[in-house]
Amino acid sequence: MAVKKISKVQPEKFEFSKKNKETADSIIKNYPSGKQQSAVMALLYLAQKQNDNWIPLSAMKYIAKYLDMPYIKVYEVATFYSMYNLTPVGKYFFQVCTTTPCMLRGAYNLVDVCKRKISEEENCLSEDGKTSWLEVECLGACVNAPMLQLNEDYYEDLDPTKLEQIIDKISNNEVPQPGSYRGRLSSEPENTRKTLIGNKNA
Amino acid sequence: MLEDKDRIFQNLYNDFGADLASAKQRGDWKDTKEICGKGREWIINEIKTSELRGRGGAGFPTGLKWSFAPKELGSRPHYLVINADESEPGTCKDRDILRFEPHKLIEGCLIASYAVNAHKCYIYIRGEYFKEGQKLQTAIDEAYKDGLLGKNSAGTDWELDIYIHYGAGAYICGEETALLESIEGKKGQPRLKPPFPALIGLYGCPTIINNVETISVVPTILRRGGKWFSSLGRPKNTGSKIYCISGNVNNPCNVEEEMGIPLKELIEKHAGGVIGGWDNLKAVIPGGSSMPLLPKETCETIKMDFDACVENKTGLGTAGIVVINKDQDIIKCMARIARFYKHESCGQCTPCREGSGWMWRMLERMAKGEATRDEVDMLLDVTKQIEGHTICAFGEGSSWPVQGLIRNFKDEIIERNKFDPIVKKQKDVPYLVDQHLLEKENA
Repeated sequence: MAVKKISKVQPEKFEFSKKNKETADSIIKNYPSGKQQSAVMALLYLAQKQNDNWIPLSAMKYIAKYLDMPYIKVYEVATFYSMYNLTPVGKYFFQVCTTTPCMLRGAYNLVDVCKRKISEEENCLSEDGKTSWLEVECLGACVNAPMLQLNEDYYEDLDPTKLEQIIDKISNNEVPQPGSYRGRLSSEPENTRKTLIGNKNA
Repeated sequence: MLEDKDRIFQNLYNDFGADLASAKQRGDWKDTKEICGKGREWIINEIKTSELRGRGGAGFPTGLKWSFAPKELGSRPHYLVINADESEPGTCKDRDILRFEPHKLIEGCLIASYAVNAHKCYIYIRGEYFKEGQKLQTAIDEAYKDGLLGKNSAGTDWELDIYIHYGAGAYICGEETALLESIEGKKGQPRLKPPFPALIGLYGCPTIINNVETISVVPTILRRGGKWFSSLGRPKNTGSKIYCISGNVNNPCNVEEEMGIPLKELIEKHAGGVIGGWDNLKAVIPGGSSMPLLPKETCETIKMDFDACVENKTGLGTAGIVVINKDQDIIKCMARIARFYKHESCGQCTPCREGSGWMWRMLERMAKGEATRDEVDMLLDVTKQIEGHTICAFGEGSSWPVQGLIRNFKDEIIERNKFDPIVKKQKDVPYLVDQHLLEKENA
């Protein structure tokens, strides 16, 4: 189990924006009446998005009231799942996959780049305060390893030089192109495709 | 080798685009009404004839699973839940289905919902696949617009609504009952079975849970007939399957192949061979990280299907093949897998919560050569104490890879960890029992 720390600095109040309230209400409708607790995960995501990519305790209390469930149940969910950030993270949040399939293809070289170019420690903001990074478990793109997730996008088939370029672009306020960095469109074998040949260039 | 015309996922490499129009051109949504018109019995029997086994790892016969759902709708509604929480290291097949073949999945959902009497279907997608989820949502919206979902789905007179539920980075939610807990808005901790979800599942109602790939192949099976599907592969291991080949190969890829294809052919032909040549191969994990690894000798001959893998003391699992060559430190690779399991244990059962950490720490020390000689046996004993002593199969999943390592590479571990313990304990005392109690006389 992973240990999750709660931020020491907490905002006093949290409330959904008008747009998020509408989204939240439509999500609750996806579940049977009386089972609004099911929406807690989606609402935590909304709160995280609204609050610069992390969830304060006040948001958990707010969601608990919103869904008419005990605060501790929301707290449980927020601390159980690893994708809820309970401390501030960078606006650009790099999550480097280092599980075995990625590790075999050099994921730890990417970690070294992050250490050098972002911050020495995981989950610490970079000098310009925009980026932070974290080692995570399998992101499910093993065929395109090594890869990382930057906010919601996957950046695949990386190597240290390419990651350096990505980080440089971000510090220049550009958003680099997501996807494969060796020109692959999917998880097909590069250059040596043996199947579905007739579909190629369709 | 499977012929191209027999491949179910024609758009696996996104040659055509994933939208509804091109999906229809590939034959999706054709005759859905007629298929459902043949009735539930026919659908379930046809799936039974095809001998389709679940593609999520356990390989449970799908037709049999569907027949467990109550035949008539009682006072409680039925649910269909699709497991798209693909988190097994080495596996990335469902991602491509969600991205490139969403309509196969949606059509499969409709047919399966009809077969098990469900009006609501939840697709549980892991939170990291946000973009893939968006693509699926686009496809669902298209289907609603085209009248393929909703009140009278595809003219079948069956009402079906599909909702996406995002997970949030918990591997354990791939376990079916943990997944249900997660949809209910709780921590993803597995439930005790029985009762099985087919009778008491989501919100206490009958629920059928299937993997994305399983559901996505259903429409094609029904269109081409269960006999066609069962003619591929061999009995009890029929059909085709998406294999994911990653790790130290020249061209890592996903490829749909016939069940029972030799592992060597997959690696050499489709993935461009092992980096450094076949002789540089050290070991292969055949079915995602929770299956025991295979040494090179077995890799020469093994065929990739459920039963052949079991005969070789491993499992097909999700068919996520991770190739490890001799340039890698095999103990370190396994230590990293053990760290994965330590991180992902849900913490409900003590053997798994504590044991996964023990295994990781011991393996890390063994990788560095800091362990003593008899710790290898101790590690094996720890794995045996986890296996079978937990609520869900995570205990097996975390201990099997370590057992596989010890079974095949024990010499190498001992070679590196030659120490004798500094303090020699009495050898006849079992070591995992609390030592301090043993030292007391009446304990």
